[in-house]
Amino acid sequence: MGEFEVHRVRFFGLVPAGVRCLAYQPRGGRLALGRTDGAVEVYNFAANYFQEKVIPGHEARSVEALCWVTGDRLFGAGLGGEIAEYDLSRLCVACSVDGGGGPIWSMAANSSGTQLAIGCEDGSVKLFQVVPGGIQFERNLDRRKGRILCLSWHPSDTHIAAGSIDIFRVLDVSSGQTVQRVMVNYHVHKVKRECIVWSIAFLSSGTIVTSDSFGRVQFWDWERGTLLESHTVSTSSVLSLAVSEKEDSIVVGTSTGATYQFQLLPVKMGSLEKRWVRTKPFQHHTHDVRAVAHSSTALISGGLDAQLVIRPLMEKMQKKGYEAALRKFTFPHRRLVSCARKARLLLFQFSQHLELWRLGSTNETGKDGEVLPLCRMPEHLLQLKSKGPEHIYCSCVSPCGSWVAYSTASRFHLYRVQYENDSVSVKKVPKVPKLLLPAYQLQFSTDSDNLFVASARGSVHILQLLEPGSCKHLHTYRPPSECPEAVYLLAVSSDGHWLAAVSGDWAIHIYNLKCFKHHCTVPTYDCAVTALAIHPITNNLVIAYSDQQLFEFSIPEKQYTAWSRTVQNQGLHKVWLERDSPITHITFNPKNPSHILLHDTYMFCVLDKSLPLPDNSALLMNQSTLKQLPETARQRQLHAFKICKKFQPLLFADLLDENCLVMVERPIMDFKTQLPLPIQQKKFGT
Amino acid sequence: QLYSSSLDGSIKLWDFMDGIPIKTFTVGSKLLALYALASFEDSLFVVIPKSGERDTFQLVSVKLTKAAGQDLEAKELSVVLDGVDASPKRIAFGREGEYVASVKDVNLQVYFFKQKQLNRFSVSAVKTKSGNNRFTCVACHPTEDCIATGHADGKIRLWRNFCHKKEYTFSTLHWHHDTVMDLAFSVEGTCLLSGGVESVLVLWRNESDCQKDFLPRLGSAIEYISMASDGTLCCTLHTDNRITIINSNLTFAKSIQGLIKSANVKTGLVVDPRTKALVLNGEPGHLQFYSLQSDQQLFSLDIVQRQYIHQAGLNQTDLVKVAFSAQGQWLATVEEREEVTDPELQLKFWFYDEETQSFKLNTRINMPHEDHITDMCFRDMDELEEDSLILVTTGRDRVFKVWVMVEDTDPEAQQSVSWSCDFVGSYHNYQATNCCFSEDGSLLAVSFEETVTVWDSVTWDLKCTFCHPPGKIRNICFGRLTCSKYLIGATDHGFLCCWNLLSCALEWSAHLNVIVLQPDPLSEHIAAVSWLSKESSLFVFKPNEPRPIYIQRNLCREKIQLAAFVPRDEPETVGSEKYLWLRRSQLFFLTDTQELMTLSMKSLQERLTPSSKQLAVEESLPVTPFSLLLGKHRRQRSQENTDPGKILVRNKREQDSPAVKELLHTPAHVLPSASFLCPVFIDSLLISKENKSAEEVADEVEMESEKTEDDSDEEGDVIEMEQEDASRVESLGEVTCKLSKSQEKELRKIRKMDYSWISVF
Repeated sequence: MGEFEVHRVRFFGLVPAGVRCLAYQPRGGRLALGRTDGAVEVYNFAANYFQEKVIPGHEARSVEALCWVTGDRLFGAGLGGEIAEYDLSRLCVACSVDGGGGPIWSMAANSSGTQLAIGCEDGSVKLFQVVPGGIQFERNLDRRKGRILCLSWHPSDTHIAAGSIDIFRVLDVSSGQTVQRVMVNYHVHKVKRECIVWSIAFLSSGTIVTSDSFGRVQFWDWERGTLLESHTVSTSSVLSLAVSEKEDSIVVGTSTGATYQFQLLPVKMGSLEKRWVRTKPFQHHTHDVRAVAHSSTALISGGLDAQLVIRPLMEKMQKKGYEAALRKFTFPHRRLVSCARKARLLLFQFSQHLELWRLGSTNETGKDGEVLPLCRMPEHLLQLKSKGPEHIYCSCVSPCGSWVAYSTASRFHLYRVQYENDSVSVKKVPKVPKLLLPAYQLQFSTDSDNLFVASARGSVHILQLLEPGSCKHLHTYRPPSECPEAVYLLAVSSDGHWLAAVSGDWAIHIYNLKCFKHHCTVPTYDCAVTALAIHPITNNLVIAYSDQQLFEFSIPEKQYTAWSRTVQNQGLHKVWLERDSPITHITFNPKNPSHILLHDTYMFCVLDKSLPLPDNSALLMNQSTLKQLPETARQRQLHAFKICKKFQPLLFADLLDENCLVMVERPIMDFKTQLPLPIQQKKFGT
Repeated sequence: QLYSSSLDGSIKLWDFMDGIPIKTFTVGSKLLALYALASFEDSLFVVIPKSGERDTFQLVSVKLTKAAGQDLEAKELSVVLDGVDASPKRIAFGREGEYVASVKDVNLQVYFFKQKQLNRFSVSAVKTKSGNNRFTCVACHPTEDCIATGHADGKIRLWRNFCHKKEYTFSTLHWHHDTVMDLAFSVEGTCLLSGGVESVLVLWRNESDCQKDFLPRLGSAIEYISMASDGTLCCTLHTDNRITIINSNLTFAKSIQGLIKSANVKTGLVVDPRTKALVLNGEPGHLQFYSLQSDQQLFSLDIVQRQYIHQAGLNQTDLVKVAFSAQGQWLATVEEREEVTDPELQLKFWFYDEETQSFKLNTRINMPHEDHITDMCFRDMDELEEDSLILVTTGRDRVFKVWVMVEDTDPEAQQSVSWSCDFVGSYHNYQATNCCFSEDGSLLAVSFEETVTVWDSVTWDLKCTFCHPPGKIRNICFGRLTCSKYLIGATDHGFLCCWNLLSCALEWSAHLNVIVLQPDPLSEHIAAVSWLSKESSLFVFKPNEPRPIYIQRNLCREKIQLAAFVPRDEPETVGSEKYLWLRRSQLFFLTDTQELMTLSMKSLQERLTPSSKQLAVEESLPVTPFSLLLGKHRRQRSQENTDPGKILVRNKREQDSPAVKELLHTPAHVLPSASFLCPVFIDSLLISKENKSAEEVADEVEMESEKTEDDSDEEGDVIEMEQEDASRVESLGEVTCKLSKSQEKELRKIRKMDYSWISVF
């Protein structure tokens, strides 16, 4: 593996925003996730749960509810009172319509996808018609006092159940009248607290399921308004509820972080009488579970602890394996850190500001595992606050450290940073060229002369940076065929000759920078690209896909390399393929051309192409066993993957020079302490 | 009708109203558990060991032939489930006998009779830090397809949808912090009861984690839970030999208890001079006063006065030594907490308060000795005035201490006297092991390892020493009455020595491995129990002659730990010369499995008969002892029920419970008139007449009580005795002491006869 001097960076104070709402789209296998800061993310279940698209948030635009309409249109509504349709190829809000009823707490689409219902602060339920290119207000349904916190359509689209405080109502869609009104706190005596109906579901059998702040999940007959069953699952609120498509299973999330499954089970073998039974409890979260979703094979929950948990249902799985593993996602599947190698600077991207840090340094050397004393502490050089309510899409620092660029939804900023002794001065580059915004990825060339801006429609702009602080637009690369999707990953060769760009349709285009033209397209592989990089010496493009496959593509020869073919023939190790977080960054060691350095959230790996690939019987993570072996035996046991799991969770790793690494960690405990306190629970034995 | 099975491989069908065995089916192998179902009329389910393999058991169904005759062979066995657990708690039959569930280790097996389908489920075997999740018990929902299983880590799992191999599901209820010992569903299945070592009965409503009720402080760990078929009562069986009856609204109704079984009887068997009750460890930290005459706990004295935490593996303060003064005026107790480094010791003096009729704490001494107290005795001087009362304690810290009463000088103290240390004696830095006062109180004998020292109790001078090396002194005692010049000592090297105090020389010695040496306070006899080649033998002798006057070999198979002479109220008339020594007091033994036994001098025939006559006598008594008697029978039966050797048919058993309950709750003034009960009495009198015996009632009560002292957990430990001895020695632990078949039948017949009159109600 080699020895490295490692900068173990723990001063990236990223606090991921909590999960506010989830919307699962069963046919596309996609999950839309809304965070408390207004960001919307789309996870592709077919591509190993890869976080495919991220739409950064907006200060004024919270997301309270998300819903998919007719398969691929995503709508969101929030306390800003607006309903927005998201453009998933350009990753921005396509259009937004004011709801006209104050803050919107809930939104639901009918099963045919023609109508959207929203529940507003003023107690009204409004219907919107979904039309191509947007939505149109249709009419108001019966308005009563009390905010509408949750909505659910009857699968036949004739009725809507709306949950409010202390009551829920059933509205007739055609007449717009309230046809049933049920007090949910009727059965609780002497309690003066109000009972909030947090979530509601209307089943096709006419049963309404409510979850409320008294910790109950209740089943009602809507026509008679009678309580069928009541299950107290928690001492605190049950915040969220989701029903499976077959309506035989329900998942609920509580404010203690526990989720429970309810199943409709026959009371007796062979009899038709069925009953809802609370079956499995899960405790994956530490904070409120604000959103749950139910796919056909898994329970999905998202909490204020920023975790997205996908818990497969074992009984729905055909076999044990990759699909049946529990998955937890806390950190984004893309990098928020960029590194100026030469200047030894790190740029951290937060939702609304950037931080520039200089790494510490040491004069001492030590043995493996030793912590070296610092002679200069890491230094916080700069904090750049983004103006306006929009959140940052992407950012980058140039390798020389003198340029910093970032982009929001509507603006692009380029700064010239100058270092004079101990003081740092920042100057904004005036008159940046008008580009197609937003930029989805920024990348400086190795010599810091050019800036590549990934843009919508598959295009990449190239800006030339001029001393002392100006720039000009040089060229725009476009893919040979029309592409609606935005470019989300860029890679530049270190000799400045090649540029690789990945767009949302997962096509990788390679451009020749010297003659400003399209060079070739990497053969399509039907999976999301999670990271790519061009080797500085061989100009081979190394690509990591979300199904954990690795490819090496020779740009000059326009074909996969021999090594890549061997990898495909032999197949990668089972343990490697079953990892659940994608490779987020690839880099190379110029001293060792056969080494590829890659990392995901839980490991850092040096891939040595000169060594044989491990087969499934070998131990993948064999570094610690290798250490104990004698030299001769060690030679026999060596294989290509050298994995280090010392740094977790790893947000970024890069090679500064040939024997110096920088690792950016964000220990889970560090950010958990910055979250609001969870509900105090008495734990036995403490 | 009622079925019982026993380890000897037979199933008996009883008419439990009349107490008559109707049929006996011989199966052949050991029967460890028995189940009967309403839906399988002609077959029974039993658990038998698998032939050829050790520790593997299988559940088989036994076809009961309809043929006439008393003794039948039941050879038609068909295996239902393989690899089941021997414990009857680990098999349960589901709704209407549709399926059977069995748990063992981490596996649950469900067999459907109709579909002939076997489903196996298992929980992961990993031992988490909260303990392992082995199955411990199983119960089936009476009306739905739901199985509840208890686990060693305290969780209860409710399994549903188990007719599918894959799409089964379970939910978890967790309250217990330790093993769930037993589970029971209510009759409708809406509630689930669970119990464990916490001695809290938990009622789970609607299978919900949030709706649970508790009945705490049930005294000791719950071993079994059983629900009445009408759902009004449930009963729990505890590890300390007690049954608690609980109403359906989770309120305590009644407790049936005799001798409380405590984990370790450290105090020895002591007789309270005042009540003639046997005093020994009861509930943890308590002293139980157990009346032998009525098989009743007179009261329980809280000595430790601390909250007992029901949790395994905790070192908690317990009572280790007890001594009474001659009149029962003073009680001295020693409690200690077992610590490796330094034990916590407390010596307490209790004064009997005539007004409140109970003991009152007088003096508490912390750390009376540096190390464990080995023995303690009062100077027994009946005629002397009170201030001569002395207590001697011996400790492992190589000293003995003399405690005397002193006038309390503190004016604020409520009591006039308190106890303090008067003298500390030691001998060559040996550990003091035993102490004993001579009958007149003038001499104190203290044994220090191998040496017995005799001290003047007035001046505390060392008078003389005796030694019989090798071997340390295990027991010492002075002779009584005419033999008061002798000092008897037993060594752990197997010698019994008798020293003459006048000549200071060894009078005689005998080679005998004496475990217990117990002098009779009312005569010169001394009883010694030896333990040799896995048998306990009893020797009774007088110190003045080296020949024993009575020998009873093979007293029992268990090691006898303790013995006590209990004075009789009035001397018995004894016909046989052999039993002359039993004239004034009766000898009781406690074995290491905590069976209490006594020696009786009557023949078996004589002793068995009076029970029916007894009933008639009891009938005229007020309700309390009467119901107690009934309760005893009830308890006995349900203990048999929990005994794997004798599982009774539950639904059959429950039938009589309303009748019994009615009786229990009927006040004396509304009991049926005497004429109504008369035929029953006459009936019972007729039987007794047959046997032409006329014993005293007191003795009969005693015997009745003895028989009921059944220790629930002594499963399978059948006492075997030689046939000729069986008539002489009564084993209290087991009703089924090895009598001949005909005798046994007769015994049962007579005992069950008591119930005939109940059917009148």
